[in-house]
Amino acid sequence: MLATGTAMIGGALPASAASAPSGTVNLVAYSVPSPAYAVQIKAFNKTKQGKNVTFSQSYGPSGSQAKAIVAGQPADVVNFASATDMETLLAANLVAPNWAFDPTTKGMVTDSVVVLVVPKGNPDHVKTWADLSKPGVRIFTPNPFSSGSARWNIMAAYGAELKLGKSTAQAQSYLGQLLKNTVVQSSSAANELQAFLADEGSNKSDVFLDYESDAIQAIHAGTQISYVVPKQTILIENPIAVTTDAKNPTAAKAFVNYLLSAPAQKEWAKLGYRPVLPSVAAATKKSFPQPAQLFTIASFGGWDQVNNEFFSTSSSSPGIVTKIESNLGQTT
Amino acid sequence: MSVHIESPPAELAPRPLGGNAARIGRAAVRRAPGPGVAAIYLSLIVLVPLGTLFSNAFTGGFSTMWAEITNRQTVASIRLVLLCSLAVVVVNTVLGTVVAWQLVRDRFVLNRLISAVVDLPFALPTIVAGVTLLSLYGPGSPFHLNAAFSRWSILLALSFVTLPFSVRSVQPVLAALDRETEEAAASLGASTLTTFRRITLPSLAPALLTGAGLAFARALGEYGSISLISGNVPFKTEVASVRIYGLIESNNLPAAAATSLALSVITILVLTVFSFLRRRFVLKEASG
Repeated sequence: MLATGTAMIGGALPASAASAPSGTVNLVAYSVPSPAYAVQIKAFNKTKQGKNVTFSQSYGPSGSQAKAIVAGQPADVVNFASATDMETLLAANLVAPNWAFDPTTKGMVTDSVVVLVVPKGNPDHVKTWADLSKPGVRIFTPNPFSSGSARWNIMAAYGAELKLGKSTAQAQSYLGQLLKNTVVQSSSAANELQAFLADEGSNKSDVFLDYESDAIQAIHAGTQISYVVPKQTILIENPIAVTTDAKNPTAAKAFVNYLLSAPAQKEWAKLGYRPVLPSVAAATKKSFPQPAQLFTIASFGGWDQVNNEFFSTSSSSPGIVTKIESNLGQTT
Repeated sequence: MSVHIESPPAELAPRPLGGNAARIGRAAVRRAPGPGVAAIYLSLIVLVPLGTLFSNAFTGGFSTMWAEITNRQTVASIRLVLLCSLAVVVVNTVLGTVVAWQLVRDRFVLNRLISAVVDLPFALPTIVAGVTLLSLYGPGSPFHLNAAFSRWSILLALSFVTLPFSVRSVQPVLAALDRETEEAAASLGASTLTTFRRITLPSLAPALLTGAGLAFARALGEYGSISLISGNVPFKTEVASVRIYGLIESNNLPAAAATSLALSVITILVLTVFSFLRRRFVLKEASG
């Protein structure tokens, strides 16, 4: 698929103009990469494949976007915060069952890791997960029941404890301490950042759990923060796919292929995302410290299992995190 | 998902139509498109969506719905928003009347400006209100007033978004009020306070109750401004609307619908009480 772009280089001008995709691509994505897509679409429109393609873009909370597509929102290309939302589309036959089968990318367009965002200069010398459960530390992490990114954060903390040799019971009790120290649980990562920025001016013991890509973008935008990549953390994987009912599959595929090409992956890296293309990842590794113990959501059995086991809001069989929050309520 | 079911305030019209006016009114009704349009519109916009909400809440049967409503975290979130809304309604009914008084009775040069400012909470997206309140009354407050991430912030946000209801319900009635009665009371030796209590307040009461009802319904469903400033910590600062949003995002639609149903029922009950009180005042006015 990646070869289609180069096949026409020697062709006559009218022929290549005729075979280049055109029309509109409906891009439906989670909110975070919206500024990145502004850059990527502009670059795509400068390529042979992309010069005739226009875009209709929709950004919003990842889970809401997936629900909207199932409800009928037109979508040619979808990009979500986690594979959970791709599962929603898969259940409605809106993406192909083999969407994640590509051996190199596994269906992902960008990666990131969960990092510890701290006030600029890290005045409290936060380095490890253990630093977060100390009394007096103010943790900021969005509500895991409304924000997909908060679930990455919780699973990063949980998995880190396991990597540190703790038992599952100890890891769960760590989550309890972490959530006990949590002072703000906004509905989204973007709102949580606003709350953190408002607070860090006067409280130096603030730690905000966030995507590395978000932290890098916030620093590019001039906010006064630093971030620490902990030794143990989770690899965040953001899936992309062309839908099965795409109105413009040719242009949609061309766009996805472009996003996975070396130039686009370099651009993603510049914008703070970890590239999924190994060659670009190798070239940009100085910008992205490699955690000693990196794990994936697959190590917990994948999102379906994690959502059931940790985040189920069912009153009859609540998830581990649901129960922890409920128990915290009992003590207040 | 929101629960604003209040009808527009009927007593905003300064006084009931009588004599010729009433006859003209009845003639106009005959020529109006008729009750059909009203019924269809009301059904499409309000009744059918609410019916769907109710049936969603019952998908798993009554016991499941009841289990969701009595879920401790849900109860805590409803109780919190209920208490905060009632407190805000009391405060805004008093202070909203003060603002309306200022606009109607005082010839103050800045009245036009104040009048414009009063409507601002209507026009502003509530999330913007949240950001603004966070910067003014958050940790970096220029007034050194930090209410963010506490229950105080919920009161603050709700006061902000409901103020226009209180002011705008009272203002036209206050403007149309017959001042001769007040002057007569004063000339007969009644103190300012007695005049207000015995003459002005009874005339204002129906409008005050309308404003209070609207403000209460609005407060109960408020999401945007609270979601940013309150901190949303379960059992501490998480209100029902934020809880509902979380349940929807967690794909637990029956629980979200059950919580919304509970919130709707509470709203209807409270509004019925307001409406009952209002009718009593109107009847008393008419007979007195």
